[in-house]
Amino acid sequence: MNKILLIIKREYLTRVKKKSFIVMTILGPILLAALFIVPVYVAEMEGSKKVVGIIDETNIFWPQFKNTNNLQFLKLDTDIESAKKNIAANDLYAVLYIPKTELSVPQSAMLYSTGQPNIIVKGYIKGVMRKEVEALKLQASGVDPDILTSIKSKINLLTIKINKGGEEKQSSTELSMAVGFIGGLIIYIFIFMYGALVMRGVIEEKVNRIVEVIVSSVKPFQLMMGKIVGVALVGLTQFALWVIFTLIIVSGFLSVYSTDISKFKESQLQMQTENIVPVDNMNNDQDVNESVIAVFESIQSINFPVMIGSFLFFFLGGYLLYAALFAAIGAAVDSETDTQQFMLPVTVPLILSLALAQVIITNPDGPIAFWLSIIPLTSPIVMMIRIPFGVPFTDLYLSFTLLILGFIGSTWIAAKIYRTGILIYGKKISYKELWKWLMY
Amino acid sequence: MPFLFKAQDVTKQFAGHKALDKVSISVPEGSIFGLLGPNGAGKTTLIRIINDIIAPDSGKLFFEGKKATNQMVGQIGYLPEERGLYKKMKVGEQALYLAQLKGLSKKVASERLREWFEKFEINTWWNKKVEELSKGMQQKIQFIVTVVHNPKLLIFDEPFSGFDPINVNLLKDEILRLRNEGATIIFSTHNMASVEELCDHIALIDCAKKILEGRMTDVKNEYKTNSFKIAYKSAEGNLTAILKNGYEVVEQWQDGDIKKAKIRIKNNDNPNDLLKALIPHIEIHSFNEILPSMNDIFIRKVEENKGSK
Repeated sequence: MNKILLIIKREYLTRVKKKSFIVMTILGPILLAALFIVPVYVAEMEGSKKVVGIIDETNIFWPQFKNTNNLQFLKLDTDIESAKKNIAANDLYAVLYIPKTELSVPQSAMLYSTGQPNIIVKGYIKGVMRKEVEALKLQASGVDPDILTSIKSKINLLTIKINKGGEEKQSSTELSMAVGFIGGLIIYIFIFMYGALVMRGVIEEKVNRIVEVIVSSVKPFQLMMGKIVGVALVGLTQFALWVIFTLIIVSGFLSVYSTDISKFKESQLQMQTENIVPVDNMNNDQDVNESVIAVFESIQSINFPVMIGSFLFFFLGGYLLYAALFAAIGAAVDSETDTQQFMLPVTVPLILSLALAQVIITNPDGPIAFWLSIIPLTSPIVMMIRIPFGVPFTDLYLSFTLLILGFIGSTWIAAKIYRTGILIYGKKISYKELWKWLMY
Repeated sequence: MPFLFKAQDVTKQFAGHKALDKVSISVPEGSIFGLLGPNGAGKTTLIRIINDIIAPDSGKLFFEGKKATNQMVGQIGYLPEERGLYKKMKVGEQALYLAQLKGLSKKVASERLREWFEKFEINTWWNKKVEELSKGMQQKIQFIVTVVHNPKLLIFDEPFSGFDPINVNLLKDEILRLRNEGATIIFSTHNMASVEELCDHIALIDCAKKILEGRMTDVKNEYKTNSFKIAYKSAEGNLTAILKNGYEVVEQWQDGDIKKAKIRIKNNDNPNDLLKALIPHIEIHSFNEILPSMNDIFIRKVEENKGSK
């Protein structure tokens, strides 16, 4: 037991002290935090109002350009040549020039600016003009624009789950989808990343020829388990550090810019809406508020203790099951390039579970979802996808039990292959050979 | 003589072939025991069984007269033929790790390693990474971690490969010193010259079977051909004319003004009889018995074994 601890310690410390680990641990949260922070930062940058001058020779469009939080429109009465010259002098961001045309409905305009104009500004201008052009065309073909407005409708479908006690809970399928999928994806990535790390560790020991030195002191099984557990701790450390650092960075940033949070939300909404069609602002706010409330309600509808508990269980269980198999592959080959032939059957169930995520989300209680969430090879990912939709406890316990059995089974198989494989050098191993080792 | 280690009827079957077939060896305490045999004979399998790396299908192992348990591995130092170190790990850190795996406490391991590093004059390597060292240097570290826990039984599988002649001598001296301090050594190699030089006992394994075992002088006596090498001065040209029945002149040649010859005694005569027959005719300068080299015995036994099948 003491020896296995020594092995775990070495496996853990050598990896945690590696430069690549430190770099990843620092870069990961920065990238993650950037996902949260960049939009806020962009909003901050955009905070100063941009003034766009308009020279509208058609006189159709300019009244349609309404000022927003970030954009202010100013009708210029000069001619385009002098306006162009005085963009900087007049403190303008850009000058929009809509020339007169022979067509009844003008369809082009020029935007002059000193720098590359912002895509949001461009989107907004295009949106306004398109809307007006469409209205004009509709008018020309005799359709009343009011009719069009009245046709546009938004459907709000509330999904409500009724549990056995008859209690009703509002749920959000979209949110369940996202939570389940992200949970499954994290497990998938974790298994692949750290499973491969175990495999490379085993190959390294074989290539270095240190393995025989070590197994003269400890049992091959101890060496294998020590490595698997050590690498698992590395993974958990990295994961925990990522979560902590990301939270620190994001919360630190948000506390500094807390006043800008409202701006951030607006800018996000603008980014979403301005690119399409500028919608009436008031209407928009109401929609957003409704959907925010709905999201909050359905977040509460997810059973978090079950969710987090199962996540940790499948996270570790799935890793342990696959890491043992990866260790066996590492033991059976001489170099990483030889792993291909054995990798396939191990990775197929993993890839399959993720590839079938769409099917499972569409029908989380169907037979495919059920069976895949019970079978240990696929259950860590598939069950995570299913859980937010609500899974009967019988299914969950069955899946837990089978995963534990699966882990014991895969470790047993792996140990047999491992103890023979690590001592065999320079021989290409076939499946037949592996089978012999297993039976032996 | 007490035996430190004994293997009794050890058999090991691998998928497809038999690696060891009822092999028994007895390693006397304080000896250097040469474990010899052609490639693929089963030496490495036997060594792995002694180290409890693989389990025999049948047969018994005894350590210090008692049935061997897995506690025994702490008493063994094993330098495998296929050996290496973690390349990215620092030398000192790695040596400490391997010593601790052998059951030493960190404190004791650290003290002993420092002593050994001092002795091999490699103190400055402690914080270097293994990959920064040359192959020969790595072998030195490997040797130290094999012996650092003062094992009663040392097993060296081709210990000299990768060493230059100077370091081979250093290592030989260390091996002899360890033996003199009470360790027992099993030594497996294809280098027969070093077997002659170091071993006092040998066992020869071929095709999964032990075909020869014993004290080296006994083995040599058993296989000697009663041949003698003489150097002499004489006016008479031919020894065959002098030595008639009972003797065979295997070879004769001239080395400057000294003549030399190899003579085999065919009957039960002793060397004195040969000398008596020679002295009236020639002036003898040297007279030596020709003992078979380990190389000869190895080849002869293996060939015989091949023929018997």
